[in-house]
Amino acid sequence: MPRLSLWALRAALVYLALGAAAGATLMVARAAGAYQSFVWLIPLHIEFMLLGWTVQLAMAVSYWILPRRRSGPVRGNERLAVTAFIVINGGVLTASLAGLLETGVLATAGHGAEVLGAFTFAVSAWHRLPRSIVLRGRSLPII
Amino acid sequence: MACLVLGLVASVIASVSPAMATIRPTWFHLITVGWLTQLIFGVALWMFPRPPTAARRDAWGWFGFWALNAGLLLRLLAEPLKIFSNRMGGLLVLSAFLQLGAIIALVASLWPRVRER
Repeated sequence: MPRLSLWALRAALVYLALGAAAGATLMVARAAGAYQSFVWLIPLHIEFMLLGWTVQLAMAVSYWILPRRRSGPVRGNERLAVTAFIVINGGVLTASLAGLLETGVLATAGHGAEVLGAFTFAVSAWHRLPRSIVLRGRSLPII
Repeated sequence: MACLVLGLVASVIASVSPAMATIRPTWFHLITVGWLTQLIFGVALWMFPRPPTAARRDAWGWFGFWALNAGLLLRLLAEPLKIFSNRMGGLLVLSAFLQLGAIIALVASLWPRVRER
């Protein structure tokens, strides 16, 4: 497993545990009738679970298992992929803080960073996507 | 797969009756936690290389599996019942702790497998 995937997977697991803790807090607060005092946790719960956990896990595994290139760096432009992970994580943390600080600017900045990170990752992984699959001995083009 | 089907059925029920709209978080979590997260862990525990020193029987993984599904089913029961009685709050708390414990156990189970060769 490449080191970038290793760190991204570990980060995804940490996000999952923290996001689940936030979700459990919200459930307990709802049962205790104190839900309104904890609504600031909702953006953090959604960001951590959706982007920090699910999306980052998919990116980390795809960086690891997508076909390697035959020439040049085997996993494409590694610096671009590292940048994508840093920007996405920055976006997740910024958008999560937006709920706590109740600032729309932070939410916009966080989501903007997530878009930028996803686009950067797509660019870095694009040339590793298989162009065709072999089915019953015949090569069929995909893209 | 069972959680996916249950979640989709619950989504239909929530959309039919306005009184049942309160189960909207439940069906969403049945799909995202019960199906998606469980699918991820199922495949990861199958495919990620097991450390040479790891025990053959994965106690953390099994505890996570049972606790996660028990927590989700409890939530599926407690959330609609809470409309009729506030006493069901205790079941929601139990469900929350079961799901949180399950996630921590599943993370503990997968963590040693996330490593360089």
